[in-house]
Amino acid sequence: MAKSTSTKRKSVSYAKWGYIFIAPFFIAYFIFSLFPLISTFYNSFFENYRDGLTQVGPNFVGLDNYKAVLNSDFLKTLMNTLIIWFMGFIPQILLALLFALWFTDLRLRLKGTGFFKTVIYMPNIIMASSIAVLFFALFSDRGPINTILAHITNNKEYFEMQSTSIFRFFSSTGGVRGIAAFINFLMWYGNTTIILMAGIMGIDTSLYEASQIDGAKGTQTFRYVTLPLLKPILLYVLITAMIGGLQMFDIPQLLTAGSGAPNNTSKTVIMLLNEHLFSKNYGKGGAVSVILFFIAAILSFLVFLSLRDRKKSKGGD
Amino acid sequence: MSKKTSKRNSSAGLTVHRIICYICLIIAALISLFPFYLMMINATRSHAEIQSSFTLLPGSSLVTNFRNLYEDPNMPVLRSLGNSLFVSTCSAFLTIYFSALTAYGIYAYSFKFKKLAYTFILLIMMVPTQVSALGFVNLMRDFGLNDTFWPLILPGIAAPMSFFFIKQNMESSLPLEIVEAARIDGGNEFYNFNKVIFPILKPSMAVQAIFTFVGSWNNYFMPALILESNEKKTLPILVAQLRSADYAKFDMGKVYMLLAVTILPLIFVYLLLSKFIIRGITLGSVKG
Repeated sequence: MAKSTSTKRKSVSYAKWGYIFIAPFFIAYFIFSLFPLISTFYNSFFENYRDGLTQVGPNFVGLDNYKAVLNSDFLKTLMNTLIIWFMGFIPQILLALLFALWFTDLRLRLKGTGFFKTVIYMPNIIMASSIAVLFFALFSDRGPINTILAHITNNKEYFEMQSTSIFRFFSSTGGVRGIAAFINFLMWYGNTTIILMAGIMGIDTSLYEASQIDGAKGTQTFRYVTLPLLKPILLYVLITAMIGGLQMFDIPQLLTAGSGAPNNTSKTVIMLLNEHLFSKNYGKGGAVSVILFFIAAILSFLVFLSLRDRKKSKGGD
Repeated sequence: MSKKTSKRNSSAGLTVHRIICYICLIIAALISLFPFYLMMINATRSHAEIQSSFTLLPGSSLVTNFRNLYEDPNMPVLRSLGNSLFVSTCSAFLTIYFSALTAYGIYAYSFKFKKLAYTFILLIMMVPTQVSALGFVNLMRDFGLNDTFWPLILPGIAAPMSFFFIKQNMESSLPLEIVEAARIDGGNEFYNFNKVIFPILKPSMAVQAIFTFVGSWNNYFMPALILESNEKKTLPILVAQLRSADYAKFDMGKVYMLLAVTILPLIFVYLLLSKFIIRGITLGSVKG
């Protein structure tokens, strides 16, 4: 009896340290994330903005902010975000899959994979805002890309008149969206390649040997062995890329100087949020945040499930 | 005989396949490098040269461009560089220390709410910080912390992603026997963590430190909402200034020079640590 209380006391005293060690994380999370999130929710139900010099509100308006936001530009910015994300993601996942297969192919035995991995991953660590301004400079009306185009098309007018341009990328919807999508692609395909490589290398090699003995061709092995086993990781990549895409801000913001030009066709959801935050329209800003939170929460929950399931299946065998 | 030819055929096929691979990889590498190469070249050319022609060879205005940038009072480059360095270093350190502490708390102890705490962190891992930005900025203003570095550093204490990576790494590289052994030598649990556990975890945390540093270095959204005065600016804010009002009036040599200043230090560090970083990308989450 005495013994059991003493061991009990011992385990209790260790448990105390568990709480002490995780406390700073949770305190910081409550102060810097959870409380602000709740206050953002709260703000979304009030009319609270500045109209010129007069302050309007805060007055409780229920769901009016949500109605206003959904009826005006939220859905459009969400569409823009999805389109730009999708335009970058498709080439990203295809090229990453192809490169990952090549890098891990034992028959090909490519040399210098370390070098190529280093180079294709590099854009990922570089400041997105710098890349965006760099691309703006490169593709601007009189920038190097236009100069190259002028040389190719032998356009004399371009060199004689300062106001001319071959193609005004930033006045065309496809131009801005395409450049933003290309930057996203450039920044992320190296990362995806490396993640998929890890996934492919995690596949049991005996499965490949078995399929080879059964006389499967390269494409058949890919279709019936690699792809199905890679599915969880592809799903993980897809969802995390989607969550990342939802947060797209720096690149279109700096490509268009915050305007989402031309005609708001490249304005993303976070750019809209940023606009409301800067003009101190807390009601609408709150509503945009809350809708965004729910979209992200659904996607996060899928990531959570995929991580949990992977762990389970790992523990299973 | 026929077997031999088929073997030769397949080895010829393999060579062709290999050549195609190399060509594609070289093209991809060139596309990845080209924008940055062009940036470096243009940073050495004068405004007039950049506007009038295109070349792949460096010019002679490197020093002039740098001096023009350095002497521009609206572009406090060195100051911003220092600010970025300070904020990123502090938040990287806070993040790895407290992530490791939290991960260790959940890994090494059993307590009632352990599972709940772990599930909670996994659930919030992917929630973007932007969704609570409104409340965050207002709260910081109420605390009187707007236009200070604190709001950019302190939230690093709660970094679910780093926590998750370090926790995964602990499971594979920190046997609980070490924890037991440390206890025998005496000292309280906190002391043991700092003196015994934290040093063991260093390699995996270095990777997390790099990622946190880069994330903070590149962050534009939050600093733009928090920082106001000229001497508090971080590099991304300075870069964003290039796209403000009158882009057309800027000296393009100076623009490329500023971009180079923001990009090259990171490329340099990356090249030194690339093996390390690339190994770190897959650490933990996607181990299969």
